[in-house]
Amino acid sequence: MSAATSDVILKINNISKLFGPVAALKNMHLAVRAGRVHTLLGENGAGKSTLMKILAGVYHATTGEVEFCGAPYKPENPQEAAARGLTIVFQELSLCNNMTVAENILATREPSVYGFINDQALERRAAEIVRDLGLPIDVTEKVGNLSMAQRQLVEIAKGLSIADPRLVILDEPTSSLTEAETDILFSIIDRLKAKGVAIIYISHRMEEIMRLSDDITVIRDGEYIATRQREEVTIDELIAMMVGRQMNEIYPPRLSPAPPESEAPILSVEGFSRDGEFENVSFEVRKGEILGFFGLIGSGRSEMMNALFGMKAASGTVRVDGEPAIITSPVDAIARRIAFVTENRKEEGLVLAHSVEWNISMAALGRFAAALGFMRKREERKSATDEVGRLTIKTASVETPVGSLSGGNQQKTVLAKWLLTQPRILILDEPTRGVDVGAKFEIYKIIRQLAAEGTAILLVSSELPEVLGMSDRLVVMHEGRLSATLPGGATPETVMAHATGITS
Amino acid sequence: MSDEKHATTQKPYAKLLRQYGGILVSLIVLCVIFSVMNPRFMTVANLMNVLQQIAVIAIAAFGMTWVILLGEIDLSIGSIIAVAGMAAAQAFLAGFGFMPTLVLTLLAGAAMGLANGVLTAKLGLPSFIVTVATMGIFRGLVSLPTNGAPAMIEDPTWIAIGAESFVGLPIIIWIVVVLFIFNHVLLSKTTFGRRAYLTGGNREAAVYSGIKVDRVKITIFMISGIMAAISGILLSSRLYSAQTNAGTSYELDAIAAAVLGGTSLSGGVGTMIGTIIGALIIGIMNNGMNMLSVPYFYQLIVKGLVILLAVWLDVRSKRAKQ
Repeated sequence: MSAATSDVILKINNISKLFGPVAALKNMHLAVRAGRVHTLLGENGAGKSTLMKILAGVYHATTGEVEFCGAPYKPENPQEAAARGLTIVFQELSLCNNMTVAENILATREPSVYGFINDQALERRAAEIVRDLGLPIDVTEKVGNLSMAQRQLVEIAKGLSIADPRLVILDEPTSSLTEAETDILFSIIDRLKAKGVAIIYISHRMEEIMRLSDDITVIRDGEYIATRQREEVTIDELIAMMVGRQMNEIYPPRLSPAPPESEAPILSVEGFSRDGEFENVSFEVRKGEILGFFGLIGSGRSEMMNALFGMKAASGTVRVDGEPAIITSPVDAIARRIAFVTENRKEEGLVLAHSVEWNISMAALGRFAAALGFMRKREERKSATDEVGRLTIKTASVETPVGSLSGGNQQKTVLAKWLLTQPRILILDEPTRGVDVGAKFEIYKIIRQLAAEGTAILLVSSELPEVLGMSDRLVVMHEGRLSATLPGGATPETVMAHATGITS
Repeated sequence: MSDEKHATTQKPYAKLLRQYGGILVSLIVLCVIFSVMNPRFMTVANLMNVLQQIAVIAIAAFGMTWVILLGEIDLSIGSIIAVAGMAAAQAFLAGFGFMPTLVLTLLAGAAMGLANGVLTAKLGLPSFIVTVATMGIFRGLVSLPTNGAPAMIEDPTWIAIGAESFVGLPIIIWIVVVLFIFNHVLLSKTTFGRRAYLTGGNREAAVYSGIKVDRVKITIFMISGIMAAISGILLSSRLYSAQTNAGTSYELDAIAAAVLGGTSLSGGVGTMIGTIIGALIIGIMNNGMNMLSVPYFYQLIVKGLVILLAVWLDVRSKRAKQ
């Protein structure tokens, strides 16, 4: 903290925030300096978002002071925060899909005369912003027609479009960006730094944090733990501070040897194709094997898994236990004991308003049906309680609405739901996205355990270390085609080369 | 031992009170106001009367609760009520007996619900639009056999439904009780009910979890159609006739009852207990204001305001919980 000199632009002193009796933040400290990237690191639920919402004027601190640009700072609302030069890019997309990029970027600040919007000025102004930032986006395009990554860039442009930004908060900006767009973002950050703008950066990706940060502050359970300069700290030290314990290995080791290549596959897919999404993909997986799927966004991985699960029609042959399997709906897939933990748990995985119990039992309702369709509620309660214990889901009770759990515990609930169907083949699509390090490790352990019990696992991830650390073999996809099937020990360079299509 | 028993017996009450506290208070306040203003209100005879009056709305509201729970809406039930009455009248005219007429009428309701369900689920049309259209179509169908004139019903068994008692209670009330229990059990105790909650809560997640959401949707529109047909049977029985304008705008009272009872228009949340309390509130307001000779147009205004107030209180308490 002694490094805090005159270039400190934002100073947070003793901030606490109580929600009823629960303290989301306890005596938080932070000093952010101009022209530097200050990363906030902490598990989900550590209090990062609460702190950011206080800075943005969404919440108000219960006690404590904030000083911004040398003056006391207590914004009533986000507009006031923006007027003072503080802008925040949230990780949840807040764009209107049926409006154009330009309309979204300048929303509520449209150039207008007596309330009539000047469309040409609007487009011109938005185009300038997008050009200055170097974004490859047409401002007249409807946001709904853009990819998720492009939408995230629009969100960033919207955040940076305020008059004179002094402090920019980026909350997990890269979670849906591909490599190319991440590079664009990083160059924007470099230019902001050069202009003396301070940046608060929130991310779970350690490589990215080490590449980008100047200062790193770790918070845990709502409390300040430490601030370090990037050069004087290692990833392991940061993770240890974050989780409050030493973590020797991020990826737990196999519990049993991988199945031999000679064993017959439980699932084999041949010439799997769907127009415009993926083409002629073939692979097979054995009992107890973890088959990784890596590819950049747009490589067709998720689309293919959806087709495999019967959500989309596709051509090709799918065999389960050597028998041809025709899967035209999730009902067919579940009947063949295939389970699918989808990429977006909130949209496709959970009913957020319903209890943990109801969410856990939802894919296995048939198991709890007695005569005349009556629910065997006692059995349901027992199964749900067992799963909550087995996967260490942190929840007040099984009757708690799942929407009130943290991201990691929500993800574990989705996993519990599918484990209750006793799958033989488990598809995991980005199983640790938006999940904190502690929960990640637990999810990896569960995956290992399932594999040891003989479940075949298809692990889709855009985090290369994850697929490399977990998989027995690795399928790499590029633009809808299978570009390579690699052994588990492949180097990151080889995998990236295949994923980007550099090797033919 | 007694402690343990206590805990398990008390818990459901506490839960019930927490869930329905708000509207139960509204119900009691209304009763107190009306009994103070008119001593004849709080009599067994009058309360029986209220129960009979709400029967038609309550039964339709049971069906509506299913539909709203799914995040859908069924505006055609008022018309289905009229079609059911007319179908019965025509069947009697054609010489059918009581039982065949009853079955035919219920089938007519199921068929109209099926049409709503198939158009919504299979063609992917919004149920609001589908049922606005079928509301008109069904209302038109009512007048086809008689060119708009009412049709008399003289079958004594049919008339008895609305007029006679069984073990001290009017048959109409027995029907409401039985249908309440049926719907409540189906919704809260069976896998079908659970599938309805899940589909209404998040359709996409339900599909991924292997729930046949189209089948759930179609079945629920059929339940709504059948409930409306039963309402139509009761109404025609009490009127000794089928009226072409029977049940007009009953869908609004049914929606109000369900929403007063805590059914969420965005789907996934709602109970039959809530709906019956909602229907009681509406019934007591109608009855109380009639006894006080409040002019009809004032009644409409008061009813609208009470609905707004109740829903606002409900939304507020739910927000406070979060």
